[in-house]
Amino acid sequence: MELYKMTASQASEALEKREISAYELALSFLERIASVEMYVQGFLYRVEEEKVLEEARRIDRIIKKGEITSPLFGLPMALKDNICTTGIPTTCASKILAGYRPPYDAHVVEKLKGAGAILMGKANMDEFAMGSSTENSAFFPTRNPWGLDKVPGGSSGGSAALVAAGEVLYALGSDTGGSVRQPASFCGVVGLKPTYGLVSRYGLIAFASSLDQIGPLTRDVKDCALVLEVIAGHDERDSTSVPRERVSYSRYLGKEVKGFRAGLPREYFAEGVDAGVREAVLKAVKLCGGLGVEIEEVSLPHSPYALPAYYLVATAEASSNLARYDGIQYGFRARGEERLMELYRKTRSKGFGREVKRRIMLGTYALSSGYYDAYYLKALKARTLIKRDFEKAFEKCDFILTPTSPTVAFSLGEKVEDPLTMYLSDIFTTPANLAGLPAISIPCGFDGGLPVGLQVIGRPFEEGRLLQLCFALEEELGIRGIIPEITAERGGKENVQ
Amino acid sequence: MKVSKIEVEHIAKLAKLDLDSAEKDLYTEQFNVILDYIHRLNELELESVEPTTHVQFLKNVFRKDEVKRSGVEFLKMALEAAPERENTFFKVPAVIE
Repeated sequence: MELYKMTASQASEALEKREISAYELALSFLERIASVEMYVQGFLYRVEEEKVLEEARRIDRIIKKGEITSPLFGLPMALKDNICTTGIPTTCASKILAGYRPPYDAHVVEKLKGAGAILMGKANMDEFAMGSSTENSAFFPTRNPWGLDKVPGGSSGGSAALVAAGEVLYALGSDTGGSVRQPASFCGVVGLKPTYGLVSRYGLIAFASSLDQIGPLTRDVKDCALVLEVIAGHDERDSTSVPRERVSYSRYLGKEVKGFRAGLPREYFAEGVDAGVREAVLKAVKLCGGLGVEIEEVSLPHSPYALPAYYLVATAEASSNLARYDGIQYGFRARGEERLMELYRKTRSKGFGREVKRRIMLGTYALSSGYYDAYYLKALKARTLIKRDFEKAFEKCDFILTPTSPTVAFSLGEKVEDPLTMYLSDIFTTPANLAGLPAISIPCGFDGGLPVGLQVIGRPFEEGRLLQLCFALEEELGIRGIIPEITAERGGKENVQ
Repeated sequence: MKVSKIEVEHIAKLAKLDLDSAEKDLYTEQFNVILDYIHRLNELELESVEPTTHVQFLKNVFRKDEVKRSGVEFLKMALEAAPERENTFFKVPAVIE
């Protein structure tokens, strides 16, 4: 079997048993990238081949000494381009940060480096994480490995596509309104948004500070647990990082799920969900039942208000967070301006793309004098009601099951002209961000050859049990780590390992 | 509650963004479509509801007021990506009119 087809845990075991070397593994991924990246275009920046192999050789020397420090040791991965990496371009897929090389590593990067991860490059995304298709990247769109004329989802589209295409073993993305889960769903991979505060945001270039979370994108649930174990944990440099005991998530996998209670919120299964998506999700729910999980209908009555509340809270926070891009300390600066205010305006107007400008203005409006109460404050109150809905539901059940997205991957160009239609792709994912809950998307089937994702939402800090349920379900579903065949003609044929 | 082009111009000014006439028209139109959707929040009875600004229970996360990083190395790092600089300063256009 070609080495790139293994999952992270399989590769890790093979490395430990000295069945393969990190060098051979890295080489396999470099070859895979060489044959499919031209179609997928998931990378914004690639670490030079020679550097990757040099790092792999260094890793091999350590393995020889028997000093492997983690299950992620020697495994090739990618990072979404809004995660700071010292000396390596970090652009948020924006012209305003083109060429910017951070002088520091994000907390999660420090953790992964310490675990022996091999960085293959930075992944494409919607500019400043604003988008649901990766078409808002200022540079180029990424394509869905399951259909090259389809979007990979967004905003972590590059990360999801790279994992789905077998170009890296795992990737990190960020999720503010669904940006890890929705692309995971569109690309047929596992994507987790942890409980708010579990993973440090230090070094994650901010979009909406009360919603952003970094999360793993992986081929299967076990890999997700392994990555989460490394990146989770308190960091005093992020004041929203929660001090908690470290958890070994992989120890939950394989445990009994009989007796778990799952709720299906009726508001998520009404109209607006594609028939094929609903069918695949309900099939998965039935399998859950077969495992001894009690299924019952619940209600999250304020669901229709989550998306509007999200687009006020997130844009308001973004208008503040993006005020720092003014051409003064880093990034792009418009030339030839003699007055400061002109410099600010010209820099920002030239440097930001359309969607970013749209959201900055929406947020500015929602916070402005005379409108603050009517918009922003209202949204914060709606947020309270949405959070309460979940608290109530979690009195009756342990998990909430929903489709991740109302549709499968749509075509490139299909929704770009209509912002509101694009925003509606996040209708099922935004509530978990508003409520700060952990939520995961796992592949549960196909519709017309395109992957369908099942979303599972859990109580705060119950990632262990969440992964426990998903591990069991994944086993039943029999859809794990499938890499599609990618050629110029089509990128959608199944190529089961 | 429709947004006018004049209001869009005002918002752009607040956000330090320059828009040309076509952009102003486009954004005014798109704003109104989006706000129309957002207006459904008015269906909610929110009088007695507390706003949630932060989902966790954390409050006042402080650290000791001691200098952690300083000196020449730190200064170099801070100035590294400056689009324009002179010695240890970021160089900017005239601030005072």
